[in-house]
Amino acid sequence: MNLTLLVWRQRDARSPGRLVQYEARDVSPDASFLEMLDVVNEELTARGEAPIAFDHDCREGICGSCGLMINGVAHGPMKATATCQLHMRSFKDGDTLCIEPWRARAFPVLRDLVVDRSAFDRIIQAGGFVGVATGSAPDANAIPIPKDAVERAMDAAQCIGCGACVAACPNASAMLFTAAKVTHLGLLPQGQPERERRVLGMIERMDLEGFGGCTNFGECTEACPKEISLETIARMNRDYRRASLAARDDTAAPAGAI
Amino acid sequence: MSLVRFLRSTVGRKVVMGVTGLILVGFVVGHVSGNLLVFNGPEALNAYSAFLKKSLPVLYGVRVVLLAAVGLHIWAAYSLTRLDLASRPVSYSRFNPQVSTLAARTMRWGGVLLLVFIVYHLLHLTVGSVHPGFSHTDVYGNVIAGFRVTWVAVFYIVAMLALGAHLYHGVWSFFQTMGWNHPRFNAARRRVATALAVLVALGFIAIPAAVLGGVLR
Amino acid sequence: MSIELKASVPAGSLEGKWDRHKFNLKLVNPANKRKHTVLIVGSGLAGASAAASLGELGYNVRCFCFQDSPRRAHSIAAQGGINAAKNYQNDGDSVWRLFYDTIKGGDFRAREANVYRLAQVSVNIIDQCVAQGVPFAREYGGLLDNRSFGGAQVSRTFYARGQTGQQLLLGAYSALERQVAAGTVQMFPRTEMLDLIVIDGQARGIVTRDLVSGKIETHFGEAVVLGTGGYANVFYLSTNAKGCNVTASYRAYKRGAAFGNPCFTQIHPTCIPVSGEHQSKLTLMSESLRNDGRVWVPKQRGDARAPGQIPDSERDYYLERKYPSFGNLSPRDIASRAAKEACDDGRGVGPGGRGVYLDFADAIRRLGEDKIRERYGNLFEMYQRITDEDPYRVPMRIYPAVHYTMGGLWVDYNLMSTIPGLFVVGEANFSDHGANRLGASALMQGLADGYFILPYTIGDYIASRRLAPADASHPDARAVVAEVSGRSARLLAVRGKRPVDSFHRELGKVLWEDCGMARSADGLGRALNRIPEIRGEFWRDVTIPGTGDELNQAMEKAGRVADFLEFAELMCLDALHREESCGGHFRTEHQTADGEARRDDEHFAYVAAWEYAGEDAPPILHKEPLVYENVQLAQRSYK
Ligand SMILES: Cc1cc2nc3c(=O)[nH]c(=O)nc-3n(C[C@H](O)[C@H](O)[C@H](O)COP(=O)(O)OP(=O)(O)OC[C@H]3O[C@@H](n4cnc5c(N)ncnc54)[C@H](O)[C@@H]3O)c2cc1C
Ligand code: HEM
Ligand code: HEM
Ligand code: SF4
Ligand code: F3S
Ligand code: FES
Repeated sequence: MNLTLLVWRQRDARSPGRLVQYEARDVSPDASFLEMLDVVNEELTARGEAPIAFDHDCREGICGSCGLMINGVAHGPMKATATCQLHMRSFKDGDTLCIEPWRARAFPVLRDLVVDRSAFDRIIQAGGFVGVATGSAPDANAIPIPKDAVERAMDAAQCIGCGACVAACPNASAMLFTAAKVTHLGLLPQGQPERERRVLGMIERMDLEGFGGCTNFGECTEACPKEISLETIARMNRDYRRASLAARDDTAAPAGAI
Repeated sequence: MSLVRFLRSTVGRKVVMGVTGLILVGFVVGHVSGNLLVFNGPEALNAYSAFLKKSLPVLYGVRVVLLAAVGLHIWAAYSLTRLDLASRPVSYSRFNPQVSTLAARTMRWGGVLLLVFIVYHLLHLTVGSVHPGFSHTDVYGNVIAGFRVTWVAVFYIVAMLALGAHLYHGVWSFFQTMGWNHPRFNAARRRVATALAVLVALGFIAIPAAVLGGVLR
Repeated sequence: MSIELKASVPAGSLEGKWDRHKFNLKLVNPANKRKHTVLIVGSGLAGASAAASLGELGYNVRCFCFQDSPRRAHSIAAQGGINAAKNYQNDGDSVWRLFYDTIKGGDFRAREANVYRLAQVSVNIIDQCVAQGVPFAREYGGLLDNRSFGGAQVSRTFYARGQTGQQLLLGAYSALERQVAAGTVQMFPRTEMLDLIVIDGQARGIVTRDLVSGKIETHFGEAVVLGTGGYANVFYLSTNAKGCNVTASYRAYKRGAAFGNPCFTQIHPTCIPVSGEHQSKLTLMSESLRNDGRVWVPKQRGDARAPGQIPDSERDYYLERKYPSFGNLSPRDIASRAAKEACDDGRGVGPGGRGVYLDFADAIRRLGEDKIRERYGNLFEMYQRITDEDPYRVPMRIYPAVHYTMGGLWVDYNLMSTIPGLFVVGEANFSDHGANRLGASALMQGLADGYFILPYTIGDYIASRRLAPADASHPDARAVVAEVSGRSARLLAVRGKRPVDSFHRELGKVLWEDCGMARSADGLGRALNRIPEIRGEFWRDVTIPGTGDELNQAMEKAGRVADFLEFAELMCLDALHREESCGGHFRTEHQTADGEARRDDEHFAYVAAWEYAGEDAPPILHKEPLVYENVQLAQRSYK
């Protein structure tokens, strides 16, 4: 199949960018979206032009590196699928595809389709962990955990940190990402001691990073390759409200929250 | 102080919006029920109005609460909206939201319209300054005369549609903001919001529509 | 300067070695720890767990990865599970059995003492991960569930759906980020190590490239730890993430670290077959699928009927037939080779005849579709997404693909390479898996190294010496920086016509043909001729648009491929010298009459550790003899 691509090209964080048109010829429907870009890149390279930069690594939908806005939809048209797992059979011969990077103040573009998502790491630093030093753990079966709780924790823990939720949210809000971690740990007995500190710290950090607020659009879940549920956001809202109202003073925020 | 931090956070401000929104929902539901007395004739409505104004402390108490709710609601809405708009300085050249409802996407403009409406409405039917034949005792007369002016009635109807949309998303969203999301209740949550939005909007719209249609005179 | 392999295995009974050794290791005064800087390259399970643990202990840690976040290291992709000798299932497991299975699975080419220690600490790993909030699968009673995995007859594999690696890595990552917040670890994402700085014979620093700005920088410390993963991508097509590379290990090798068993690579039996030229990587279908799936091909050559049309009597369930006691759960090397044989015999299925069926029909009939969905739902979805076929209805098609590399930098019992101060953890070291790794054991090894072994042994190294401060002004450091910059400049200056990937693909094909599942002296000879040619063409004709002072992914790739092109030769050389078949290394000259591998313990019961001898000299082979005091060397049989 043949396609017309409109790709965002931007040299570096400071330079302005623009959409540039390319033709992708003889694309196999069995190729993945990134393999289609590989082919375009080989042609660009052969012509001595800079190939299109995009983040990717595992190419099997788990590392969270990849992520493109394809015709205005984060990770493209297929539900519950990261860009690298999207195959060209989802498109038709002759389609025009507009390919842009994630856009958010908190995700500055570094080059072409590559953005800086380190804000997510800083949100985790602000409390997305259980404070257990190596070697201090009790036996793994010492605390039974109901199967249902583990399964729901796992549903949330599957987040791959790709940032599609931010990209798809009209407010560029990071609520779904943050809520996924708060929910994962909040559902497990191991997460209870730090439950309040965690939610206070992570939300404070999330706000500081310049993400927007949540107005419950629900676009995030729809774009999420792991289908993290909106229930996680509700849970985090509840945890946050309780933690704020219960907190005696600001020291409840963990060290990571600056 | 933890309250300050709470109010500074996006989540905290959203809770403020939800709680104040709920107060306003309560008022609107009461208001629409009371207003529908208009179909029982002038005595019923005027008596109701007189009853409401019997105790000044209660009246002013309610007004203070309402004013505070509107004020906080707008503060939260405005400050969060500014933040939300700033969070994506370069916009997409193509952006295709997939699931968000029109109601959700028009909350802000709808809110602004509601604000304009409320100001106008107070000047129109409470203070009377924009109402030529205003009477402080004949509420029924004020309503009928007011809506005989076609554009006024139409403006009310448009505003009530906006209110319906605001409630359609707002009431559903309120549960989410407060953290009440559970697979067992989510369908009910949607139904409550839809029912409330439709009933309130239709209830209000019935009045100007009836006047325009000559049912009420 | 010739190296000496000192394994430093402590004396005494196997069971007591590690405890006694820990007691004998020197400790660093807690108050002084933060004055010691440790550089950790890699943030996979091994690197992240090491960085977090050393940070908790109070060391000043700098951790590097080339991805934009440590959470994206390749470990994230591991699906099936992690082994531990917990014996929660009461099915007769023990530290000893895990130890024995690992040694046997590795075809008796691993060091006893290391493997025993691995089995010992395996139990602590599970405790640690659960405490971090890793949501391992559980039974209704709330206790941990286990599944069985290839090469074992007990259920000792812990898992979190089909995303065990992800959950373990996120656990280690969260511990790491906690230390970043605490200020003990400084994280350098999007930073690639390009060389090692050795001063006075000790590893003291690294040269890195900031992948965003292109800046070449140096970092110094008392010790350098490599947790940079495996080199399966030397084959171009593998199940590894696209960025996996040999650069860090290979540069360390060129600076004097011996490379152990480079030819020991693992081919995984259950991957999705290649679909076309555009293919950029292969996707693994977790081996756990073999618990419920049955592998078969048609009995008749060239049988073109749809799988459902082929009656049971005309199917060859060849694993069950050849290996009745392990059946579909035979170890990876055996299952892979059997698949290749079936396809070579003309009985392969799917496009090009390079595939065999993995059929769930019986399991679905026996357990119901829901149970299968619960166990493998996400794997089935992944398969369907890639192939557009529904594995609940039609059998999966699978084919072997390169998956893991048992070879790696040689390390002693303390995980230290032949360069003092250079430690190697995880898949990057030549490891505890001998000539073949059992499923679910890599995650175990990475975390054992990072959480429970390195933190002790590195302390001993640091406590045992006083190192003069080192910085970028040291002449040795300056020389390395100059070499790195020169090399980058040369790469950019070629300005030829061919993109980097085309060389990589070419190299991959050569290796897959001649240094893949079956190797022969002829084939290896061919490869050894061809590789230098490809390398020559690469340096004459590669093209890398852009400059070195910007985010330049073509340049990143070029650097990695340049190293693969040198390293591949070492791999073939090692494969050629090892005149026996063992584990993943199958030499066609050394097989029994019925096609089974024939090991030669008399001549090859050793680790081959190669020393770099300069641009124009062949590498020097050193041998670490493998002495088995506790297990009997037996012909590996899974029949
Ligand atoms: C698809 C798949 C499934 C698997 N499933 C299982 C399983 O079920 N059970 C099991 O036990 N094992 C499994 N394995 C094997 C296992 O995942 C790996 O062996 C293990 O995760 C390796 O961990 P590591 O920490 O050593 O390296 P990695 O996780 O590969 O991490 C390498 C790190 O080094 C960094 N790095 C590399 N080079 C450089 C450089 N030059 N400069 C800077 N940083 C660098 C990378 O950024 C990364 O952070 C699987 C492997 C694959 C491919
Ligand atoms: C006075 C002008 C008003 C403005 C400017 C305004 C604006 C907004 C905005 C911007 C939101 C956020 C949208 C979102 O989160 O999706 C909102 C939410 C809401 N509004 Fe209003 N609104 C106004 C009046 C009202 C009135 C009159 C009511 C009730 C009758 C109301 C009820 C609600 C409710 C229930 C919510 C949902 C809160 C939540 O999600 O938790 N608002 N409003
Ligand atoms: C068709 C729709 C409506 C009609 C006919 C109507 C009618 C009236 C009338 C007659 C009064 C004066 C009552 C009195 O003085 O006794 C009044 C007051 C008021 N209305 Fe409405 N109203 C309508 C919709 C709304 C809506 C949608 C809102 C809010 C969003 C609203 C908010 C108010 C407020 C705040 C007051 C003043 C109450 C007070 O005196 O404190 N009204 N309305
Ligand atoms: S919540 Fe979903 S969309 Fe957001 S980062 Fe996680 S996986 Fe990606
Ligand atoms: S799309 Fe955005 S508004 Fe909230 S529900 Fe999702 S974060
Ligand atoms: S490349 Fe890893 S998720 Fe897409």
